[in-house]
Amino acid sequence: MSSETRDIVTDETNASRTAKEQTYRAIFLACGILSVLTTVAIIATLFSDALTFWSEVPIEDFLLGTNWSPQIEGSYGVLPLVSATLLITFGSAVVALPIGVLTAIYLSEYASDRTRSILKPTLEILAGVPTVVYGFFALVYVTPALGTIFPSISTFNALSASLVVGIMIIPMVSSISEDAMSAVPDSLRQASYGLGATKFEVSTTVVVPAAISGIFSSFILALSRAIGETMIVTIAAGSNARLIDPLDPFSAFLNSVEPMTAAMINIGKSDVDPGSLTYKSLFAIGLTLFAITFVMNVVSNLVAERYREEYE
Amino acid sequence: MASETGTEVTDETSTEASEQSLLGTTEVADDRGAGPVASTETVIEARHLDVFYDDVQALQDVNIEIPEKQVTAMIGPSGCGKSTFLRSINRMNDLVDAARIEGELLFRGKNVYDEDVDPVALRRKIGMVFQHPNPFPKSIFDNVAYGLRVQDMDVDEQQVVEESLKKAALWDEVKDQLDQSALDLSGGQQQRLCIARAIAVDPEVILMDEPASALDPIATSKIEDLIDDLAEDYTVVIVTHNMQQAARISDKTAVFLTGGELVEFDDTEKIFENPEHQRVEDYITGKFG
Repeated sequence: MSSETRDIVTDETNASRTAKEQTYRAIFLACGILSVLTTVAIIATLFSDALTFWSEVPIEDFLLGTNWSPQIEGSYGVLPLVSATLLITFGSAVVALPIGVLTAIYLSEYASDRTRSILKPTLEILAGVPTVVYGFFALVYVTPALGTIFPSISTFNALSASLVVGIMIIPMVSSISEDAMSAVPDSLRQASYGLGATKFEVSTTVVVPAAISGIFSSFILALSRAIGETMIVTIAAGSNARLIDPLDPFSAFLNSVEPMTAAMINIGKSDVDPGSLTYKSLFAIGLTLFAITFVMNVVSNLVAERYREEYE
Repeated sequence: MASETGTEVTDETSTEASEQSLLGTTEVADDRGAGPVASTETVIEARHLDVFYDDVQALQDVNIEIPEKQVTAMIGPSGCGKSTFLRSINRMNDLVDAARIEGELLFRGKNVYDEDVDPVALRRKIGMVFQHPNPFPKSIFDNVAYGLRVQDMDVDEQQVVEESLKKAALWDEVKDQLDQSALDLSGGQQQRLCIARAIAVDPEVILMDEPASALDPIATSKIEDLIDDLAEDYTVVIVTHNMQQAARISDKTAVFLTGGELVEFDDTEKIFENPEHQRVEDYITGKFG
């Protein structure tokens, strides 16, 4: 064996290097597996406890029941909770989607580099405010302010919670939408300007349509966040589990409602016996919530796939 | 002022030319590139034009008069400022924060950098075709109709789209798929679509920034034939780094050399056969650049 070839065959130095490589690989893999296992474990416990709950309360009574009164009447109809969650999600969407998209258009198309470098980080601070702070902000400032406009408003109400959840998710919409708009090739803007379009026309007829899949994704992510939002609604929306009358959203907004997350907190912090039916209902609500956000994620991926624009 | 650029020929004949165009009998050279072309009115004129990007000067004291309904080519090595000049004409440089302009750039005698000029209105008169085909991610029809819509033009869209695609020599290839995405077309077809899109709004001038540089030879030759036809109706200003292309398609040629200087501007034949400046001859004959 020549001295040249001796260098490349497996000897002690090379073997120890290979062993190290395998160790590193194992460490990285273990970290990856850890989060997958946690997810699987959470879903498994959700399912097993929810299934024991549904063995005592028929699933159709749970999903279609219109009365939620676990401790007093032993009635487990989840629809009032779902309707409250949807009400607040709808209210926050009305606030956040238009403001978020218009902010994104401003940041991406109108703002100078300097303005953007100040405004964008400021908006992202909004996303970093702890939700408990938002919750008390809603209860202590927003609700009294709304009281001057709507004297009949309850101390705990869906309107205040919706507005503040909406404010909380604006940065999510604006930030992700702005990324999508900035990714639209400049050549398309130039083509549009070259044809005599104004900045507004360039934004609305070229940039927004080309970025639409990213904008949709931002909507879905923000709405998933609104659906799962817990602190704000627990503090500001109240705990009156009423089925919302969709024909009278006005009174629904001005009164106390109990969204799914708030109901879970209220059960969790009450002194129910961990083996009781009420306690198990927590998992059934949790699984329902998970199912809703999961479907939204799937829809989001489908939408993004469907509207993805290829520029070249 | 114009002595160095050789454009002082316009004055004696411009009256005659404009009378002819009023009568609709203007004869646009069939002998394009094959001899001195009848001069017509000046559409675009630069006077002592300087353009800076921050502190870097991209154009230096450019003086030029671009004649109506002819093809004027801008040639020169990379970074010589020829694209910058093109983008100054329809104020596309406004979109670059760092760009600054001094001197005058006249469109039909009006300085386009005057306070009272609306760049949006200017770009409606002076269309542009870019280096890389940039159709919108919309249907073929919507691409051509786009300018009509943003300019709110009161015309028969169907008819204008058809005519524009015919003028751009694309109609026969796409007439059965107008509702399909423009992005499904080949590069050469996309570029002809961009030309159709530009002429649909009926501009006076079409600026082309190396329109064939991203295309294969066959597609390039189609674009070149098209440019020749376009000069019947439009004033065409084309930037190219391909000297043979400039020689084939243009009536007038402007040679920019490094540093943003317009060194020579004259009839294309003169530039290629007997340029005044040694530097231009060196560039043309490939001694540098």
